[in-house]
Formats: sequence, structure tokens, C-alpha cells
Amino acid sequence: MRKIIAMLLAVLFVCGALAACGGNNNANNNSKTDNKGTADTASTADQKPAATGFKAGFIFLHDENSTYDLNFINAAKAACENLGVECIIKTNIPESNECKEAALDLADQGCGMVFADSFGHEDFMIAAAKECPDVQFCHATGTKAHTEGLDNFHNAFASIYEGRYLAGVAAGLKLNQMIEEGKITAEEAKIGYVGAYTYAEVKSGYTSFFLGARSVCPTATMEVQFTGSWYDETLEKEAATTLINNKCVLLSQHADSMGAPTACENAGVPDVSYNGSTVSSCPNTFIISSRIDWTPYMELAIKAAMNGDKIDADWTGTLATKSVALSEINDKAAAPGTAEKIAEVQKGLEDGSIHVFDTATFTVKGETLTSYKADVDTDEAYTPDTEVISDGYFHESEFRSAPYFDLDIDGITLLNTAF
Amino acid sequence: MATITKSTGKEPLFHIVRRTDMPIWKSWLIRILSVLASLIVCAVIIVLVTGDNPIQIYATMFKGSFGSPRRFWALLQGIAMLLCVSLALTPAFKMRFWNIGGEGQVLMGGLGATACMILFGNKLPAPVVLLLVIVVSILCGAIWGLIPAVFKAFWNTNETLFTLMMNYIAIQIVSYFTYIWSSNKGNNVINTINNDTHAGWLELPSSVDKYGYMLNVLIVAALTIMMYFYLKYSKQGYEISVVGESENTAKYAGINVKKVIIRTMIISGALCGVAGMLLVSGTDHTINPDTAGGRGFTAIMVSWLAKFNPLFMVVTSLLIVFMQKGAIEISTQFGLNSSFSDIITGIIIFFIIGSEFFINYKIQKRAKEVEA
Repeated sequence: MRKIIAMLLAVLFVCGALAACGGNNNANNNSKTDNKGTADTASTADQKPAATGFKAGFIFLHDENSTYDLNFINAAKAACENLGVECIIKTNIPESNECKEAALDLADQGCGMVFADSFGHEDFMIAAAKECPDVQFCHATGTKAHTEGLDNFHNAFASIYEGRYLAGVAAGLKLNQMIEEGKITAEEAKIGYVGAYTYAEVKSGYTSFFLGARSVCPTATMEVQFTGSWYDETLEKEAATTLINNKCVLLSQHADSMGAPTACENAGVPDVSYNGSTVSSCPNTFIISSRIDWTPYMELAIKAAMNGDKIDADWTGTLATKSVALSEINDKAAAPGTAEKIAEVQKGLEDGSIHVFDTATFTVKGETLTSYKADVDTDEAYTPDTEVISDGYFHESEFRSAPYFDLDIDGITLLNTAF
Repeated sequence: MATITKSTGKEPLFHIVRRTDMPIWKSWLIRILSVLASLIVCAVIIVLVTGDNPIQIYATMFKGSFGSPRRFWALLQGIAMLLCVSLALTPAFKMRFWNIGGEGQVLMGGLGATACMILFGNKLPAPVVLLLVIVVSILCGAIWGLIPAVFKAFWNTNETLFTLMMNYIAIQIVSYFTYIWSSNKGNNVINTINNDTHAGWLELPSSVDKYGYMLNVLIVAALTIMMYFYLKYSKQGYEISVVGESENTAKYAGINVKKVIIRTMIISGALCGVAGMLLVSGTDHTINPDTAGGRGFTAIMVSWLAKFNPLFMVVTSLLIVFMQKGAIEISTQFGLNSSFSDIITGIIIFFIIGSEFFINYKIQKRAKEVEA
């Protein structure tokens, strides 16, 4: 026994010495990276203090392995670097009391602004906001801030339907190209769409995408397959394969894994992606991708918290605020002239000559809509409370930032609505 | 190392012998040394892989649990929840009934609580709702434990597969109800239930309990002591041990094995139901398929490492929750992916399990001189 202890102690000392050396090396490494100015933006104990002394805290549902969260993480780092504030990031925070715990812990650490990225975080952020009136709490994709009446709790979203519409234009041009080349007839121009849930955010997304495609390819139709999960690679791949077998000639998706893009690449079917470019994994089929760039909002919120200015209870980013972003176009898969056409339509959207949900461009059960009440103020019975159609178009993301377009328009077939 | 002497016999150089004579202080010394050794191995890996200073990383992990009163309470809450599920699984394990369905039993308990809060929240007085929450969630957990027990007792089905499958059924049922009750149509998120009235909320006034976890911690502390006495001193606890040692012995001793299996699994499921209730009614006030958070599986490890002793389980669950909290903190402070802390946790647990080998067995070298 004594020998074993002696041996363990010997190992301990040797390793202790090694660890100490390692520690020194590490210090050198850190100073090097600091000089280059490429140090990780996450705060470390020995990193030089940020220029302003302000701290911003971020709560993310998953980590960088999810495309959805990666988009937020990149924005958070960029916003903090641009403003010279310290960035404290907490990843893998579930939609439970742990979110409130994390938010209050960030406040304890001296963060003046705390941001959370997942819909289910909302109530826990509100609870934290009530406990800490001096800290600004910002929540992406939520719906309650405009009715909650708290000075320090805010929602934000972006008019991503405009980005989807533009991506849809690229899809429509691709369909036209396929028709012209004789690969399909005009009637076979069927798009497939992999969606997560039958929630307004998803419905608004695929409808705007479809309307964009149909604005340039009038014979386009669409089938939607739901997966019942925001992130499930296998289910998303299966749904994409089902759609491809149903003779969909072009796909897009609103779910966060690489499932659908991969299925498209394997089958050689062109794909319009979401949340960021997938061109590196899908070089032959990726056309374009739209995403929300959260950097402008995060900068705005941090600046307002620093200066003690008011933050809107409910903020909607637009093309003009650069919150709606499109990726590079992949010329290998996109139809010629896509960039020019998108620029033209984007101009139309920005000057108001084009509206995505123009009631003249779609029908519901064969009828053109002149009036529709949407459930803008969240309640348990989903009571429609606000008239959202006027001046000939559906006013999406104007009465609150989170989407509320939940109409089933003609031309889109939902294959399963269980979710 | 000692020199190896030549020998003439055919006896192998080393052989493993079971030891029975190790004093308790010695076995604990070995455990502590193994934890220290694991920290050293982790330190080497930290330096080699990330180039960060291991001492700083450990200090940061420590801060993750003890950095502020809030964090300390969150640590206690984490321990309480994991310990509650571990306590629930222990009687079943002691009986050699491999209940790996804790996750499902917790979820069903939580779902029971959710249902009472949503359905009766505005219809019945708050104390009645709370009573219903308690009764129904315990009942739901118990039923989810009872089903595999009945199949095991009467048809000798494999309880490991059965309880595992019951987890997936429970997850799907919860997912179905989160859709039905979702606060925004189709979004699968249930907002905080009864946020205005707090009907069905298990809580102490905030003047007594600033961080909101005191009641959970007290309840689980009481359960821990009760489970310790139940297993160690009660007749039922003794029956569980006998059935676990040998079903045939139990039969000859006149123990009704079927009854013990069913009774024990009802207790196991009911306690999981309590955990579900504490999570839904005590802290989250909502449910989603992730509410149990893998505790049903982590608890298996907690229970095993503590050798099914409820008091030791306090220590093992502390270790695991401490590691989890530390994980979040190091991924925040050092920008390390949280998988990295899983690696560290894995190494530490590997060493702890390894140390049990040296406590229970000794490696004996061949004797220097061959006996005549």
C-alpha cells in the first residue's frame, strides 16, 4: 500500500511540475494573441478589460453546433467587438428556470444588458426583468413585451419574410431556367419545403418564399412537410427525401440542421437554405440563403443600455437596418441574372412599390382577402385581435415584431399538419 | 518499483485477489487520491489540448458553484433535483430491477402537475389545486413505474428495455401536450402557468426564501433521510435486499417476490413523480420534453457510485452537479465548448470507478519463493 501511495505522489509531483510549465506557456500564448488583437471575445480572467467597462450578457439555447445559435453567437461577438464592450456568453441554457438563473447571474456579474435567443426563454426573462429593474433584458422572437408593460423587457425580430421573398425570387428564376432548358414542364414547377412546426413564424416564412418564387414563375406550386422539431437532422433529411420523391424539383427549409441541404446535394436537387450559407457542404445545389443579422439590434440595445436611452418594447429589423441579410449567390446552381433581379426586387421592397403579402397576389380558398384579424396580443385562446390587412396588403411584423401571418394560401399543400 | 524476481512455478506474475479487510479510512483515502489523480490527468489534457492554465480552469469551475449566494443556491437546487431522482431509482436497483425509466417517470409526474395547474388553476381554490398537483403527480409517476413492474412480476419481461421504452413514450406524450397547451398556436412552448394567481405553485414566501429553492431542498433532504432508514432498518427494505441477492432465497424465506417488485416500483415511480412535481410546480412552472434534463439517466450513475447508500448519494450528486455548473462557467469564461467539460467529468468518473476496483480487489504478485 505504501508503495502505491509513494508512486501516486511521485506521479503527482511530476504532473504538477508539467502543469506549472504549461501554465507559463499559456500566459505567453495569451499575450501573443492579445497583441494580434485576435483574442477570443469571450471574457477571460487575464484578458485586458474592455475599453468601456460595460458588460453585455448573452444566453443561448444551444452552442455553435446549431446554425440558429451560431448566427446569434457571431452577431454577439461582432456587436461587442464593434462597441468595445465585454461579452459574456452562456451557451446550452434550456428553456426552464435555468434561463432565469442564468439571466440573474449575468446581472450579478454586472451586465447592463442581457439577451436571450430562444422563444421559450421569454417568460423566464420576464421574471428576471421584474427582479432586476436596472438591467435591460432583450429577447429575440418573443411576443409579450408590447403587452407586458415593463420598462426593461424588450422583444426583437426582423422582417425576415422580405429576405425569404428575395430568396424565393432566386428560386423562381431557377425554376424558369429548368423550364426553359426542357428539364421540366411549366406545370411540374413544384417546390418542396421542410418546416419545423405549423407556427406563424414558419408559415410566414414559407408563404413569403413561395410568393417570391411565384412572382417570377407563375406556375409554381409548393408542398410543405413538417418535422415537429427545430433541430432533428434525421427527420429533416427524411422530410426532404419524401418531397424529392414527390417530384419536388427545388427545396427550401425552415429548420436548423443540415438535413435538408444534405439530402438535396445527394439527390442533385437545387436548394435555398436558411440561417447562413451551406455552399461549402453543398457546392452543386446551394443557390442562396437568407438570414437575420442580429448585430444591428444588439449594437442598438447595448448602446441604449450604456447611455440610459429607452429601447423599443418591440423592435423590428428590416432590409434598411441591415437586419435582413442574404448570403452570396452560388453561380454554379443559381440561374443567370439572379443577382440583378434580386437587387431590382429589393429596391421595390425598400421603396414600398412591392409588398410581400400583396392581397392581389394570393387567395385563400379561392377568395381574395380584404380583411383579416390576427392573434397579435398573445392569449391562451389565440383570440384574433388586430386587423392586419389594409391598403391592399397584409401588414406583417408591423403590430409586433414576431410574425403573425398564419394563413394557408392556395397553391401550397401541407402534407402533414400534426405539429 | 520493486524488482521482479525470477521464479520457477507456473503461477502467473500477477493475479487479482478479492479483499475483504480494508479499513474504511483506507478506502476513503484511495477514493480521494483517485480524484486527485484524475484532476492531474485532466490538467495535463487541459494544457495539451487548450493551452489554458488548469489551475485557473479549476478555480473557474469552483466559482461556477460557489461564486455568489445565487450560484450556491442553484447548486443546492441542482443537487436536490438529481438526488431526488437518484433516491427514487435506488430501491429498484437494490432489488436488481434495472429501472432506467426515471426520465419518463419524472416527466409523467411533471405532466400530472402541469395538467392540474392548467385545468384547475382558475376553477378551484389555490390550496386545493396544490393538493391535486401533489397527489396527481405522485400517482402519474407511480403508474409509470408500476406498468413495467407488473410485466416483470407476472411475465418476467426484461425491465431494462421496458423502462427504457417507457421513457420515449413519456417524451412523446409530453411533446403532444406541449403542442395542445402551447401558448402561441403551434409553437410548442407553454408559457408560465398561472403566472398571476400562482395556483398550484409549490413555494415559500419570497421573504423567507429569496432564491426560491428552499422548499425543494428541504423536501429532498427529508426524503433522503427517510429513504436511508427505509432501506436500512425497515422490514420492506430488508425484503428488497433479499430479493436483490437472490429471488429463490426470497421465495424460500416466504417473501412474496411479485408483491415486493410491484411495491418497490410504485415507490420508485412515485418518488420520480415527486421530482417531476418539484421541477414543474416548484421551479419551472411549465413543462417541455426536456424538463427532466437527462436526470433519469445521470441518477443511475449517482446511485451506483454511492453504492445505493442515500447518504453517500448526497456526495456523488454534489460532485456531478458541481461539474455541470463548472462546465457552464468554463465554457463562458474560456470559450471552451461544453463538450470539454464532459471530457473532464468522464475522466474523473473513470478514476472514481477505477478506484473501486482497487478497494475491492488487490493485485497480488507471485510469491518470491515457491512454497514447498
